[in-house]
Amino acid sequence: MSRVNRATAAQSLSVSLTVGAYGIAFGAASVAAGFSVLQSCLLSLLTFTGASQFAVVGVLGAGGSALSGIATASLLGVRNTLYGLRMAPVLNVKGLRRIFAAQITIDESTGVALSQEHLGVKAARQGFWLTGIGVFIFWNIFTLAGALGAQAMGNPAAWGLDAAVPAAFLGLLWPRLINKTDRLLALAACALALAMTPYFVPGVPIITTALLAVFFGLRANLWR
Amino acid sequence: MEIDFPDPFWLAVIGTSLLAFILKYLGHSVPKRWLSHPRILKINSLIPIALLSALVAVQSFTKDSLLIADQRMAGVGVAILALILRAPFPVVVLSAAATSAALFNIG
Repeated sequence: MSRVNRATAAQSLSVSLTVGAYGIAFGAASVAAGFSVLQSCLLSLLTFTGASQFAVVGVLGAGGSALSGIATASLLGVRNTLYGLRMAPVLNVKGLRRIFAAQITIDESTGVALSQEHLGVKAARQGFWLTGIGVFIFWNIFTLAGALGAQAMGNPAAWGLDAAVPAAFLGLLWPRLINKTDRLLALAACALALAMTPYFVPGVPIITTALLAVFFGLRANLWR
Repeated sequence: MEIDFPDPFWLAVIGTSLLAFILKYLGHSVPKRWLSHPRILKINSLIPIALLSALVAVQSFTKDSLLIADQRMAGVGVAILALILRAPFPVVVLSAAATSAALFNIG
């Protein structure tokens, strides 16, 4: 990795900074949900995959059990497995390097790598490592800032944090709602989760909506 | 000071982190054909939509297992408006927070 393509480096840096700044929202949400500053920072260092982190603090914050939090977060983490499948032949690494590569296999590193693939496998590799490491650094710094900020706030509702957290989820979700099936599924999941809430322990209504995704996924294949 | 063992927050941190890494590492280690079935790919792309939607709904409209409409609903409504107007992420989050905080502090 002697010479770094300038366009690849620029894209990696801009993605790292933009996405890393979301870490403020995560740190704040995590502390508002009842996690300590240390626990919030460990989630960003060790879990290091945004949607799963938001999910686990969301479920525990709503009173859900650790098990339903872990299960919900892990269902959201399955896509990283698929990214790994896609990236493994591009990166071609073993041992310790593979462990590092796995830890930074997320939406952004995979996305930038694939966008650089037309410049050759070397640019794709650089895109993956630069973006993965860049997001890792900024995401963790901003998590700490958000967690400390929320801790200093007092009542999260007085600062609107109780609405900022679902708004942040919505911001993550919105770009994924591409076609009719997506939007229908989103509305169905909202309705099912709300309908179940009074009758089930917290966390269960959320993870149950994964069944809706399976149902819609099977239907979508039949239409093809 | 008493601590529940196992403390659910620590359990969640450790469990989520372990599984997240295993899922990532698995992708780098298993043969590609195992997971590249189109149906699995389709379902996998729909799961985040279902779970994130459910989370938004639960965090916006429930409290202690009850359905309620409060200042959060107004905040999330403003966020939806901002998203329709293609506002950047920080604007979406901050406009929701400002709306909700204003109503909370007045009410």
